[in-house]
Amino acid sequence: MKNDFQPSPGDAEMESRLWEYIDGIASAEESTVIGRLITEQQAWKERYEELKSLQELMLSSELEEPSMRFTKNVMEEIARLQISPAAGNYINKRVIWGIAGFFIASILAFVIYSVGLVDWETQAPANPRYNLDIAQPDYSRIFTSTYASVFLMINIVLGLFLLDRYLANKRKKFTEEV
Amino acid sequence: MLTGLNDNEIISSVLAGDRQAYARIVEKYQGYVFTLVLRFTSSREDAEELSQDIFVKAYRALASFKGESKFSTWLYTIVNTTCITFLRKKKLEVKSLDDENVFATADHIDSGVSANQVEQKSKLAMVGNAIAMLAPDDAEVLTLFYKAEQSLEEIAGILKIEPNTAKVRLHRARTRLKNVMETHFSAEVRDLR
Repeated sequence: MKNDFQPSPGDAEMESRLWEYIDGIASAEESTVIGRLITEQQAWKERYEELKSLQELMLSSELEEPSMRFTKNVMEEIARLQISPAAGNYINKRVIWGIAGFFIASILAFVIYSVGLVDWETQAPANPRYNLDIAQPDYSRIFTSTYASVFLMINIVLGLFLLDRYLANKRKKFTEEV
Repeated sequence: MLTGLNDNEIISSVLAGDRQAYARIVEKYQGYVFTLVLRFTSSREDAEELSQDIFVKAYRALASFKGESKFSTWLYTIVNTTCITFLRKKKLEVKSLDDENVFATADHIDSGVSANQVEQKSKLAMVGNAIAMLAPDDAEVLTLFYKAEQSLEEIAGILKIEPNTAKVRLHRARTRLKNVMETHFSAEVRDLR
């Protein structure tokens, strides 16, 4: 921090540094410099005293209190309830890892199998423009082609990712509600 | 019998089956929770109902409190999520100082106390009324820092933000509080100088 920092009235930087000093979160070096500025410069001193007064007011402000029956109401309410067991107690991590392992293995097997089926030697028709019949498309040709298989495979994997994200969002929302 | 026990010891008793021990927790934290909830809703009835709901949720989830943070920090996380859910459900307009009508609306917030009436009250009441005029997120961060004695790291944990963001929010809230005080409680502010 510069020692020759000259604040102007309403300077946000000075205020920010003074708050750090008051809150005790300024570094030792900064605290020394700010302490000296407060002693030596009137503008720093005035602002420091103003912020210090505000802090004291904040600290001495009173808490709001609920009605006299509040504790009794809560205790009556919980008398009908049970403490939910911690999630860790009833969720078996081995089962979770087992399910995850099954899905990962299935996806990997599917990907390897699909790649194995791909005939990389197959060439596209020399001039497909003349083979294309829009009125009566030959679907069997489209879905047996190498590119369609790869395309489908990628879509299935992306679909699984999307499903995972959807379920994760749902779980997050549920956690927030709780 | 439970006198002198700390929060973790009281919670252990509750988890061991001494349900009545939970009353100590409620008595200790009801003021903090109620004050925080009042930062989100203008109605004391709503605030009381929400506070009750928060203590019931905390009781039900008590087994998941691991003691890795302070109990108060864990409890205020429930306060924060419950209040945000409440605001979403009610679709309340989150008041901002950027809104021109905020002060007109704010006069109706605290049981209809007008700025002129407030001027007659003590400085402490003035601070309370000034905080009530702030947006809920500003009022919350000030209450967590000054009244609930939460550090910036703990506030960051409660609000699920970075500690640096918590620091910025606290600074912004204090600046806005000062602006509200200078605008609406100029006489009291002059006395402070």
